[in-house]
Amino acid sequence: MDAVIDNLPTFLRGFGITLALLGIAGVGALVIGTLVAAMRISPVGSLRGFATVYTEVLRNTPLTLVLFFCAFILPYLGVRIDFFILAAIGLTAYTSPFVAEAVRSGVNGVPVGQAEAARSIGLGFGQTLGLVVMPQAIRMVVPPLINVLIALTKNTSVAGAFFVKELFASAQDVINIRGDQVFAILIAVAIFYLIVTITLGRIAAVVEKRVAVLR
Amino acid sequence: MTNVLYDVPGPKARRLSRIISVVGLVVIALGLAAVILALAAPRVTASGTELPGMFDPSRWDILADRAVWRGIADGLWNTLAMAGVAAVGALLLGVLVSFARTARAAWIRYPMVVVLEFLRGMPVLLMMLFILLIFSTGNYWAGVIALALYNGAIIGEALRAGIAALPRGQREAGLAIGLGHVRTRLSIEFPQAFRQMLPIIIAQLVVLLKDTSLAYVIGYPELLRTTTVYMTNYYGSRYLFTLFFVAFAIYLTMNLLLSWLARVIARRVQQGRIPPGSSRISRRAEKRIAKQRADDAFAKAQSDQSLQAGGPI
Repeated sequence: MDAVIDNLPTFLRGFGITLALLGIAGVGALVIGTLVAAMRISPVGSLRGFATVYTEVLRNTPLTLVLFFCAFILPYLGVRIDFFILAAIGLTAYTSPFVAEAVRSGVNGVPVGQAEAARSIGLGFGQTLGLVVMPQAIRMVVPPLINVLIALTKNTSVAGAFFVKELFASAQDVINIRGDQVFAILIAVAIFYLIVTITLGRIAAVVEKRVAVLR
Repeated sequence: MTNVLYDVPGPKARRLSRIISVVGLVVIALGLAAVILALAAPRVTASGTELPGMFDPSRWDILADRAVWRGIADGLWNTLAMAGVAAVGALLLGVLVSFARTARAAWIRYPMVVVLEFLRGMPVLLMMLFILLIFSTGNYWAGVIALALYNGAIIGEALRAGIAALPRGQREAGLAIGLGHVRTRLSIEFPQAFRQMLPIIIAQLVVLLKDTSLAYVIGYPELLRTTTVYMTNYYGSRYLFTLFFVAFAIYLTMNLLLSWLARVIARRVQQGRIPPGSSRISRRAEKRIAKQRADDAFAKAQSDQSLQAGGPI
């Protein structure tokens, strides 16, 4: 236990970087994912095709490969950026198709009658989507999106293996110094992760209940 | 759904759409061309030596070598060996979890909730490291056990949701004809829940296959480590890009095939519910719509599932 208390500053620093990764990659993935989802339901064929390929390729590539690409292949190709930013880029790219799929299935989840009604009173594609479908879809999309963020929180741990000193990497560092207290150290780190993931999970549950009342 | 959002386009809208489509295509093509040109351009290192571009034959010639492919096959085999054993473990564990989670005895049900919350809220990578260091299992079993635990928890929740979604009458009928609680669960409820949830379970197995690459971090020689660390060390770092590309292509092919399988099965499960010929549209249109509807339902189910399971990734 004293290994945890002695190294608390290290853990907290790692936790801060984990949260920073979560924040940056979360916002980035939300923006890019929504754009990709919009492309995927748009009437323009080439955009739809591009969005489909983007989603399928990134969704079916292991995160380790994506982060390996960012941490080793990009510098190898001559990109000179800090590893933290590279990891944030990788996590954003990896998370965005999951956001896109959540948004798309939210849009698909709005009853067809809503869109039909909007169309029949003469609203166009943009108006139907922006004024009628999206406001309803967003409500349904929030809980799955929070779950994407939970997964992202857990995924930031992989960045620890690619030169980012976040929580997982700081755990490894502390273990290297205090090999006698591996159990306590790992449990402490698990608790840090659980603080974020369980809190987000509760929020998702509450939001879901609210939405259920509205319907 | 998608086609409700806009009219069947008239000549003007069609022209506009075609123009935007072409412009989009050109932009995408230009972007791709830029990337490819950047990759193909020779590079000058800090020390002033010039390296050949990424598509230079000198970077790809190792692919003609049998031994290289044997090395890649070894890595692939290690990945599949981990994924296969972990998948069997996850399925067995999932069945157990779904039973424990719906047990009538509270002292089984409630601790299970806590354990599941713990398993799903923790990164798989941390679990692997934990098992590796605490139980000194070696990195193969650390990977297998962590993957089986995590995916077992999620598959278990999926099965539970499947059981909960069954009509009450199924259970009541089972009890009414004199089957016990366990028999009803095993021979009436479970088979239906399993069939209903099969697409989700296969989708989760894709996740499991992807996650085997996490064992890279704990030093297991799976596909990524074999190609980009061991083989790159042996054949020289100028092949790094080539070998990475091969690993990427293999992963992508495997996962796309499995995802496709999940979608096909989802369609089958869904189509079992809509009797063909029940509407006035043509057979082909009916098929297309059914396919579309099944795909949408699958995407929806997947994101709903991720909702209960604490994340799809």
